[in-house]
Amino acid sequence: MNAGMDDLYREVILDHHRSPRCSEPLDHPDAEAAGKNPSCGDEVTLQLAFDGERITAVSVHTEGCAIARASGSILGELLAGRTQQEASLLAEAFRLTMHDENAELADELNPGDLEVLTGVRKFPVRVKCALLPWITLLEAVHALQEGRPVGETTTEV
Amino acid sequence: MESRDLSLSAPAGIQPCDGQRGDCTHCGPLFRDRFPLLRRNLGGRPLIYLDNGATAQKPEAVIAAEARYYRENNANVHRGMHTLASEATDLYEGCRSRVARFLGVGRPEQVVITRGTTSSLNMVARGLAHRLRPGDEILVTEMEHHANLVPWIRVAKNEGLVLRHLPVTDGGLLDLDRLGELLTDRTRVVALTHVSNVLGTINPVAEIAEAAHRRGALVVVDAAQSVGHLPVSLEALGADLLAFSAHKTYGPMGLGFLAGKPEILEDLDPLESGGEMIETVTMDDATWAEVPHRLEAGTPNVGAAAAFTHALDLIDEVTVERLRTHEISLNAYAWERLSGLGGLKLFGPADPSARGGLISFHDPSVHAHDMAQLLDSRGIAVRAGHHCAQPLHKRLGVVATTRASFAMYNSHDDIDALVDAISYARSVFAI
Repeated sequence: MNAGMDDLYREVILDHHRSPRCSEPLDHPDAEAAGKNPSCGDEVTLQLAFDGERITAVSVHTEGCAIARASGSILGELLAGRTQQEASLLAEAFRLTMHDENAELADELNPGDLEVLTGVRKFPVRVKCALLPWITLLEAVHALQEGRPVGETTTEV
Repeated sequence: MESRDLSLSAPAGIQPCDGQRGDCTHCGPLFRDRFPLLRRNLGGRPLIYLDNGATAQKPEAVIAAEARYYRENNANVHRGMHTLASEATDLYEGCRSRVARFLGVGRPEQVVITRGTTSSLNMVARGLAHRLRPGDEILVTEMEHHANLVPWIRVAKNEGLVLRHLPVTDGGLLDLDRLGELLTDRTRVVALTHVSNVLGTINPVAEIAEAAHRRGALVVVDAAQSVGHLPVSLEALGADLLAFSAHKTYGPMGLGFLAGKPEILEDLDPLESGGEMIETVTMDDATWAEVPHRLEAGTPNVGAAAAFTHALDLIDEVTVERLRTHEISLNAYAWERLSGLGGLKLFGPADPSARGGLISFHDPSVHAHDMAQLLDSRGIAVRAGHHCAQPLHKRLGVVATTRASFAMYNSHDDIDALVDAISYARSVFAI
């Protein structure tokens, strides 16, 4: 594979793309959110179940490019067991990291495969694909905290 | 120009290429060495530019002419008594005459110089609004670029019009069986593309125009994908108004045209007003200049206009007939090679003579954006996405397609490289 393409399509990313984790719909979700990037056609459907503050189950279904699908799958893998606040912190940290080439995800966040996804930074037009599931998550959590309906999210300007 | 062969297939005596190497005279690029940008390497690989539907590369003559204008002639047009102003005006008006001649339009005044196709089509939709009444109907097609759809949506909302659309068949053609019922006594405008920027389909504009005219409707043609690829004549198409862009026709960006019948151009309410487009102005009133100046408020892109005539000169040097034969040959070869890969869904008519020089495809295993990214890593520039035609993609049942679009400098070798790179992209995603 090309040198540049190695950073974008890492084997870990391709594996998530081929076999997305946590894609089964939940029977009784406590929150649902959708994200959509119309120009790509990327679409994320996110479902969350809670026990108090803690996320007990996640379902992520992503239609779209390999980057968006891998990002959704990694999100599904990482969220269960975290509190809403911990999930928000991780999503915010990922957003900041994707917009700053010198930033790194702190080990304390237990970023797992998300660290691999930061390689997408070298391809600025694809950053929005990687961020879509995470921005969708942030909208879901913010809406819950503010007691308002969840809006549809996009990472296209 | 008037004696051009307007048939869409290859002129008699020239056989479209069948993809066989050796004895084929149409496989190689035409005039590739005139285009300096094509000498670029990307990541150590030669650039293969297959995104001509978005914009074509520019020949050296065009680049040099625009630079020369700014070095030697730059001044504002139609105002000022000095030598430079006169030269700039001559170059600007020379472009108008050249375009009129190229399109077989009788008088230069029938050509309005705009910023591009989108600008021209907005000028038309907004300019015709004053003669439309609630309940009047506009007929567009399901394969329109947003530039020939969204302006009509806006006018329809503002004026209480009914917007209808001619559907696309599974084969990627306009469903002409529906034309009779969709054209009514209330149809005031039929707006359609000459060549689909996604399907490549060449629409039977003349036939549709004849039916539209029988109902008293005006015919507006988006020729962005056809000028410079097919013979285009306002008269042969039966168009009342026709829009195209210089930059898709080997010319500079920021320049386009609206050609039309004089009485219809005169009836367009100017979208923009200000300098250049007036006759007399008092503190509380103004009268308009004659067409086309009435529709050209403000300082135009004179440098681009001065350069664009050189693009048309090149097309005439190659001849549209030869260009057309070349693109038919590329269509045929691309269809054959892409079909040969297996598993790709190709859109639009299979007949290479029934399409402009482009082909769009969908690979169920590789999203269009991943495909374009991986092709780019091989030096190949294509477009991926909905190509500003979301309703058409909904009809096709895919959110995005990948499009290879051709110009004179493309060759069968480019298509071979494209096919190899698609195989590579698939290998990256192979399970």
